[in-house]
Amino acid sequence: MKAFRLINPELEYLRYRQRARVAALVAAILLLVLFVRFFWLQVVQYDRYHALAENNRIALLPAPPARGVIYDRGGTVLAQNFSAYTLEVTPDKTGGLERTLDDLAGIVEITDADRKRFQKLMAENKQFSSIPIRNRLTEEEVARFAAHRYRFPGVEVKARLFRQYPLGESLAHVVGYIGRVNAGDLENLAETGQEANYRGTDHIGKAGVEASYEYWLHGRTGLEKVENDSGGRAVRVLSRTPPTAGYNLYLHIDTRLQQLAEQAFGDYRGALVALDPRNGGVLALVSQPGFDPNLFIDGIDVANWKALNESPDHPLINRALRGIYPPGSTIKPFMALAGLHYGLRRPGDSIVDPGYYSLPGSSHRYRDWKKDGHGWVDLKRSVVISCDTYYYQLAHQMGIERMHDFLARFGFGRRTGIDLDGELAGLLPSPEWKRKRFKQPWWPGETVIAGIGQGYTLATPLQLAVATMAIANDGVVYKPRLIRAWREPGSGRIVQAAPQVMDRIPFKPAHLAIVKQAMVEVTHPGGTASAAGAGAPYPFAGKTGTAQVVGIKQGARYDERRVAARHRDHALFIAFAPADNPKIVVAVMVENGGHGGSTAAPMARKVIDYWLLGKLPPPAGAGPVTDSVVPEEEQEGEDRGPVEEPVPAQDASAGPPSTRAAGGQ
Amino acid sequence: MLVRFLKRLTAHLDLPLTGLLLVLLLLSLALVYSASGGSDAKLLANLSNMGIALAAMLLASQIPPQRLMQFALPAYTLGLLLLVAVALFGDVVNGARRWLDLGITRLQPSELMRLGAPLMLAWYLHYRQETLSARNYAVGILLLLLPVGLILRQPDLGTSLLITASGFFVLFLGGLSLRFILGSAALLAALAPLAWNLLHDYQRRRVLTMLDPTSDPLGAGYHIIQSTIALGSGGVAGKGWMNGTQTHLEFLPEASTDFIFAVFSEEFGLIGNLFLLLLFAAIVGRGLMLAAGAPSLFGRLLAASIVLTFFTYAFVNMGMVSGILPVVGVPLPLVSYGGTSMLTVMLGFGIVMSLATHKKLVKT
Repeated sequence: MKAFRLINPELEYLRYRQRARVAALVAAILLLVLFVRFFWLQVVQYDRYHALAENNRIALLPAPPARGVIYDRGGTVLAQNFSAYTLEVTPDKTGGLERTLDDLAGIVEITDADRKRFQKLMAENKQFSSIPIRNRLTEEEVARFAAHRYRFPGVEVKARLFRQYPLGESLAHVVGYIGRVNAGDLENLAETGQEANYRGTDHIGKAGVEASYEYWLHGRTGLEKVENDSGGRAVRVLSRTPPTAGYNLYLHIDTRLQQLAEQAFGDYRGALVALDPRNGGVLALVSQPGFDPNLFIDGIDVANWKALNESPDHPLINRALRGIYPPGSTIKPFMALAGLHYGLRRPGDSIVDPGYYSLPGSSHRYRDWKKDGHGWVDLKRSVVISCDTYYYQLAHQMGIERMHDFLARFGFGRRTGIDLDGELAGLLPSPEWKRKRFKQPWWPGETVIAGIGQGYTLATPLQLAVATMAIANDGVVYKPRLIRAWREPGSGRIVQAAPQVMDRIPFKPAHLAIVKQAMVEVTHPGGTASAAGAGAPYPFAGKTGTAQVVGIKQGARYDERRVAARHRDHALFIAFAPADNPKIVVAVMVENGGHGGSTAAPMARKVIDYWLLGKLPPPAGAGPVTDSVVPEEEQEGEDRGPVEEPVPAQDASAGPPSTRAAGGQ
Repeated sequence: MLVRFLKRLTAHLDLPLTGLLLVLLLLSLALVYSASGGSDAKLLANLSNMGIALAAMLLASQIPPQRLMQFALPAYTLGLLLLVAVALFGDVVNGARRWLDLGITRLQPSELMRLGAPLMLAWYLHYRQETLSARNYAVGILLLLLPVGLILRQPDLGTSLLITASGFFVLFLGGLSLRFILGSAALLAALAPLAWNLLHDYQRRRVLTMLDPTSDPLGAGYHIIQSTIALGSGGVAGKGWMNGTQTHLEFLPEASTDFIFAVFSEEFGLIGNLFLLLLFAAIVGRGLMLAAGAPSLFGRLLAASIVLTFFTYAFVNMGMVSGILPVVGVPLPLVSYGGTSMLTVMLGFGIVMSLATHKKLVKT
């Protein structure tokens, strides 16, 4: 290139025009490139990006339903909901969990127990789920947190419904409790196809009615379609399917009866079951000691759990349906009926009781509780005085097979089917059972002791109550049920649960009359429960029982005073009243209570007095029920229904709630 | 009297170009309002920015080209000195030394160079036009590389690239040898791996996430992912003004500034985009026509460089938002919210009009 040259302006201008055109062309090409890119994104890939944008913004939030309220027969609240604020943390969304918690503690009070529970819940839940760090915030704490909210991503105040059991320990074994949904619950829900309904629910029934009626109490979860901003906060609700609240349940339970019975136990451990023989309704179901179900709702803390779980009194076991005890002498009325049924005894027949029984060709003595024997004993007297020898002999004559078959009709050895989980079946032995269980033959001596309810035979207090109902009801056995009525969430109708007949045992009326009369005389002077029966203004039928806890050696004598408290016999009593038109059946078992007549029978008397006469025990021994006055209309102890007009079950469009959800219904 | 005054004042305005620019400004009003979630305060601030920018354009159109030529050397020298001062005493903001604290106000000297560099080059080539040689082009390249090098060191990759572009446009239109251009391009391509090592970490990350935005969806890739979602979900017809979900639910970052094009695309769709592309094409076309009509080489070079730089800004911004260029922090000229950017661009167009319309007064 030359060092100097003169530029021709014309040429120079032409070159400028040329290059400017090139620039314009390049610009046009670049604009075309952009257009192609836009076309690609907005037309070809539109569906994909549209979906991405929608996913960005729209979230489906479950709207959890209000859990059904549980009432007793008179409308007393046993389990209810209340609204309160919780502070919840989503660990995944916080910048650093530990620091967030430390900073939070500067704003609202967070105790070590709160933190421990949080850690425990975090281990059980997914990282991106919202976990409560503090429950029941005060208004002031809510306001203080709101002012500092911007500092805490992933932390939110939520208004939640909490479960509460106003009666605390009372009825804990009946109502049960809810707890946080855990992995096992989720598996169960998945199996029954209910997991969708539990999105947004973090509590589930764990025990008692709360567990067995979980499906009905829970309700149907609604759905909220919300628009989220980039912070994941709901900006507005686009559409909403409201949740349907759970069923309110009305139980047969009478809270005052229940509390009276609980009080009656004092420091004793044991169980009491009171049934309405006309429909199988459970009027009271006591298992002492109890526990406070409120502790379990948001995860029980370690100290309380240890105390409950490791206590030698086993307060968490529902003794009414999971405690299995030898029925002892309470088996005798049933044995008497068996004797009459098989024609082995006639009412007039008597035996002489020398104080013991020996099998033919054996010198082993099965002793009567009365050392010198009862002398001449007929069938009725054998019940009234609880003669062992009479039943040793009868059992031997009857044989174990027939004994098993007859007692099985009363429900021994089989679950009653009460609407609570975890019921045990007890044990009604037979040679077949023994062969299977021990690979051993049945010995005649085992039949003899089975005749007085000892040996292998085991029954729950609930089973004893149901068996007693069979006698009281002339053979009609209703399935024991806690639920009395329920309120449909949609219509608000109250539907009565229809009683379910389990069995109609064809007893001969004459046989029943004899046994019933014998049971009435048990509470009369001369009977084993005469003290408890004294002054009863109604025909009071009962039978005492005593179940051995430790075996007694041949020739030794049981001396209550010299036996350690926990080795004392269990005291049993079964009863019904009024004997001619039974309105209540009671079975009582007092662990290490000694004699049925002295410990268990008075408890049954108190319960029946209240139920039939509206009579509360004198203030001295009574608890929270002493100052309450029984209203006039309840004095008769009549069947009291829930508040609104009941609709007969058969008219109801919805079937009666069953304790188990039917599939994915 | 007033009519005559107004006539004189607007004598140097190019009406077609002014009209096109006003359309773009109206678009900005609508989009910034939408992007800010209907903020009246922002609407007013944007309006006042526009008022100032329009006034600047009007004033700039009045400045005779000779006066501009007189500005060239002092402005460039001052800019260069300030850049050196920044390198020595500048404040560090966000890891970059860009600001100079003058006690009263803070100054970003690289902004001055956006006009200063092409002004200087156009003046230099015009001054030497009788005897242009390879040596002159070499000086020109040096004049360009001095400020670019200083800005690159701050570091400010976006600004340095755009200033390079504006200077390159002057040199290219001023007759820089095509062989030299192609040769340099080849050399640059060969040196690219070396340049890679000179880039800062955040610059490398920007390039890498541009190539694969999904590699860092919550970090550097977040901007691009959300803006392409905004674009794509706009579809053909768009979601409608004020209805962009990406924008209004705050998924889109910097919606009213650098990413305002995503707001536009989401709410007005492909049809809107086509309109915007045509609008930019019309502005560039009209601008180049005006430049070609400028009576002096200085005028032609400077005007065309300003117009092409404007286009470059627009292209880089839209390319960045739609995910084909790295995120370099360039606003969409005249649409993005921001007083300085708007002022600089309108000032530039004022100069273009001045250069094109002061015909009789200029003798070459």
